[in-house]
Amino acid sequence: MTPSKPYRVFRTSALVLVVFTLMAPLLWMITASFKTNVDIYDTAKAFVFSPSLKNYETVLQQADYLQFIGNSLWVAFAATVLSLLLGVPAAYSMSRFTMKRSALVVLMARVIPGVSLLVPWYYVFSNLKLVGGFTVLILSHMFVSLPLIVYIMMGYFDGLPTELEEAALVDGLTHIGAFRRITLPLSVPGVATAGILSFIFSWNNFMFALVLSDSDTKTLPVAIFDFVGYASIDWGGLMAAATVVTLPIMLIALFVQKYVVSGLTAGATKG
Amino acid sequence: MSAVTTPRTDAPAAPAAPQQDSAWSRWANKHRKWLFAAPAMTFVAVLIVFPVAWTGYLSLTDAEGSVRAESEFIGFQNYLDVLTDTDRFWPAVWRTVLFTGVVLFFEVVLGMAIALLLWRPFCGEKWVRVAILLPLVATPVAVGMMWRLIFDPNIGMANQLLGWVGVGPQPWLAGQHSALPTTMFIDVWQWTPMVVLILLAGLTSLSDEPQEAARIDGASTWQRFRHVTLPLLMPTVIVAILLRGIDALKTFDILYATKGRGGGSFHEVETLNVYAYGLSFDYNDYGVSSTVLIIFFLIIIGVMWALTYRKKGLGR
Repeated sequence: MTPSKPYRVFRTSALVLVVFTLMAPLLWMITASFKTNVDIYDTAKAFVFSPSLKNYETVLQQADYLQFIGNSLWVAFAATVLSLLLGVPAAYSMSRFTMKRSALVVLMARVIPGVSLLVPWYYVFSNLKLVGGFTVLILSHMFVSLPLIVYIMMGYFDGLPTELEEAALVDGLTHIGAFRRITLPLSVPGVATAGILSFIFSWNNFMFALVLSDSDTKTLPVAIFDFVGYASIDWGGLMAAATVVTLPIMLIALFVQKYVVSGLTAGATKG
Repeated sequence: MSAVTTPRTDAPAAPAAPQQDSAWSRWANKHRKWLFAAPAMTFVAVLIVFPVAWTGYLSLTDAEGSVRAESEFIGFQNYLDVLTDTDRFWPAVWRTVLFTGVVLFFEVVLGMAIALLLWRPFCGEKWVRVAILLPLVATPVAVGMMWRLIFDPNIGMANQLLGWVGVGPQPWLAGQHSALPTTMFIDVWQWTPMVVLILLAGLTSLSDEPQEAARIDGASTWQRFRHVTLPLLMPTVIVAILLRGIDALKTFDILYATKGRGGGSFHEVETLNVYAYGLSFDYNDYGVSSTVLIIFFLIIIGVMWALTYRKKGLGR
């Protein structure tokens, strides 16, 4: 049954409002990043102004953002790859052998407040003189990535029929061989979903790097936070910095929209 | 005779490849359950279980100052101090509960409304889905900064918009009483899409038959939603509440990015997470901070337990 006309009119206007509310602030941020501070302070120039790249020059050249972009990329990439290496086989075991209690322990990590891990980590790592290095940052981001990957991949393996593996065993493959040659190739979409989500969450993570990084290793979210000085705020520069951190991740998410959505809603409909 | 027994050189590979017969391979396959799980479990044990246990220990000591300083075991003194602290602790508990309750309410109600609007296919659906995805993946700290500009009392777009409809300027994030509701708004803006996606996944997995049956029986749109769709969707709603509730309780990035240390000069957005962070890393008061964290942790477990208990009750 097609919806009635009044309903369609209502739906269209309601959705236009939703899209506007969600998009306008982001567009406003990007717009402001192309304005000089004089134009930002002049409310008459809200929409009509002459765009300038000066803010991006400030951010990328003076404020070392190229280095922070590199740091963020490296930490998110390393944490994701390492978490996949640890998490995918573990999720497989937990799914095939229904290791409920082990799974619960890993998933508890989603519940624990990050600060309660930071205090002991800070104790141990500063005594080991590791605070400020990439090792600790990557390990701390794995705390976010690993449970996420285990959670998504467990759901994925639960949905894969075991018949194919059994057939492979009959054909003479070992259990590990069947996992490596049959299950893993079939799981590529699941691994992609888990990897992309892990990358996004690691890229966006703020609290761990706030404590565990130093001026050479800090990631983009911390760099943005540090942009707000004690004196007046350089709004143009701040918006350029905010755009530099959000725009790449939003573009990635658009390209792989299907995976992001399936990862974010993983396990939600099993009840 | 010999022609029969001589193995053919071009025969397909024997079922068992040579390396599969090695002792290591047999051992590995036999113990694959733990071999696969062990690295991840070790990581979790070393970096999660042990730190939580240590937090529990620290909460019973007077650890403060340098991480190398000696600390003394003082029993439950910290718990006594924290639980009687009506200056910072209880207001933080109250703000955490208020923040979580309000954002959950709006996110679930708005999320449900938007998910229902998107349920049936229509043209332009793609664009709406893009708009829904973007806030969700945007970096929370950057989102906080973005709203700081929009809500700036002097130059922000928010007050300009209010001016056009004849309402006077508001202090938003800068006001002692308006800061917390403003951060709630930002959280709702960023995370309602999450609820939409989860509920939409639930809605699309529902079968059409109960809907049709109710329609044939003459149920109105509202009746069909209230008595058919909602009960069937309830397990997914609980999952959405659970996932969002845990994250809302732990909200940190948006609050810290918009109001900074201590949740502002009057601690107006200081939730338990922000309070515990400040105790640890601004004041290095590790003992008390661990106490707050343990209590916070128990609150989260309690909320989760209550929700999953309710979920089971509904499933019956």
